Amino acid sequence: MALGKANAIISIRNVSKYFGDFRALNDVTLDVSSGERVVVCGPSGSGKSTLIRCINRLETHESGSIVVNGTELDGKAGSVNAIRASVGMVFQQFNLFPHLTVMENLTLGPVRARGTSPAEAKELAMRYLARVRIPEQADKYPRQLSGGQQQRVAIARSLCMEPKIMLFDEPTSALDPEMINEVLEVMAELAGTGMTMICVTHEMGFARRVADKMVFMDHGEIVEMAPPDQFFRAPGTARCRDFLQKILHH
Amino acid sequence: MKRLTILLGLALLPISGCSSGWGWYVVSPATTSGMTNLKFLLSGLYYTVLLSLTAIVISVVVGLLVALPGLSANRSMRNFNRVYVELVRAIPILVLILWVYYGLPQLTGLSISVFWAGVIALALSDSAFQAEIFRAGIQSINRGQYEAAHSVSLSYVDTMRFVILPQAIRRILPALGNQLVYMLKMSSLVSVIGMQELTRKANELVVTEYRPLEIYTVLVLEYLALILVVSAFVRWLEHRMKADERN
Repeated sequence: MALGKANAIISIRNVSKYFGDFRALNDVTLDVSSGERVVVCGPSGSGKSTLIRCINRLETHESGSIVVNGTELDGKAGSVNAIRASVGMVFQQFNLFPHLTVMENLTLGPVRARGTSPAEAKELAMRYLARVRIPEQADKYPRQLSGGQQQRVAIARSLCMEPKIMLFDEPTSALDPEMINEVLEVMAELAGTGMTMICVTHEMGFARRVADKMVFMDHGEIVEMAPPDQFFRAPGTARCRDFLQKILHH
Repeated sequence: MKRLTILLGLALLPISGCSSGWGWYVVSPATTSGMTNLKFLLSGLYYTVLLSLTAIVISVVVGLLVALPGLSANRSMRNFNRVYVELVRAIPILVLILWVYYGLPQLTGLSISVFWAGVIALALSDSAFQAEIFRAGIQSINRGQYEAAHSVSLSYVDTMRFVILPQAIRRILPALGNQLVYMLKMSSLVSVIGMQELTRKANELVVTEYRPLEIYTVLVLEYLALILVVSAFVRWLEHRMKADERN
């Protein structure tokens, strides 16, 4: 097997991960090149979330190697800091800081971790709030916003750290149906800017529109990997076909 | 019915001035000597408050510093937390006061003032409880908050300072208020080594005036008033912090 493409910004090699006896990831290998949009799907418990959580070290992998933006994730503090500085993450449950205003949520990271001046951080925050189309909510607290608005704030919070890579862990799964689109719109727009993205999602319409590469996982393994038109038209395995049938016809 | 009459009579005694049981003259603001006695009793307020506040500030800081290793992934850090809490929690406050004031100078060769002996003993004793309160409060914060802080590159100290502790402190505020009330009451024990606080003043006055009933009743009222003020303050603080989140 070829060892990583030259332009791969994320290179995952033979990664395995256990939770006790449960094998969450089994010999996973995946390359993501700069600017590529990857959508990961699969049944629950298939290891999709674990995989992207390994990329910014919210989980540690037991074997194999993960290289992100030229830095190998080997557990040394330096490598963890380097990687999380270049990787943004959006969570299913938003995880906004509830005791801080939207503006404070956005400026905390830049000011404390990157040494940006408060005035500059505020400017940056307003720019990204405008991009997720809620600049008027800057002084509100998260609980005063709808779920869709909260998730857009969470996206803006990640973008304020000016990451090279954005990870999305089921960003619309906790949302009411009528709010899913506003979040997907923002994500699609972000994809248009050339951001490298890995999205774990069941929104297949979004995947078809935005993805360069579809990944289907089951039982901790990558079962199928293909460009979207091929992936949806002619899935190569029965497991993938089953899964697509289930989520496309409901 | 009979019992009620007796109770009523007892309650009316101080007002009626019938002096078989009560002798309020000893602390009556109407007479010069009564006023002097009253001022003497109230003069203990300064050290009760100073002692308790100093001790609670120290015990909150120490408690937090002991709680954090208790939440560590590292086993020996967690063991340190357990040993500290179990050991300190097991010592009666009165025993600790005596040990610090009379025992510690023998060990260190340095004499220690009554005030600081009291502060150290009270703070040490309370810190074990503070540590458990903080540990519970911090543990109650959702793991997603740490992950979000991690993903915007906050250091451990910044994560605690800006994300976790502000939320944890809101949740443990009622328990912290409890500890402050408890501290104010426990400070009365420092009277045994001669600290000139409320209880000591009352004891001294009882020795000269022989009116324990009235003097200790005033003492009870002094603590009651003090603690009602503290309770009101804690409630106000709770309310304010909640309002902060709502607006």
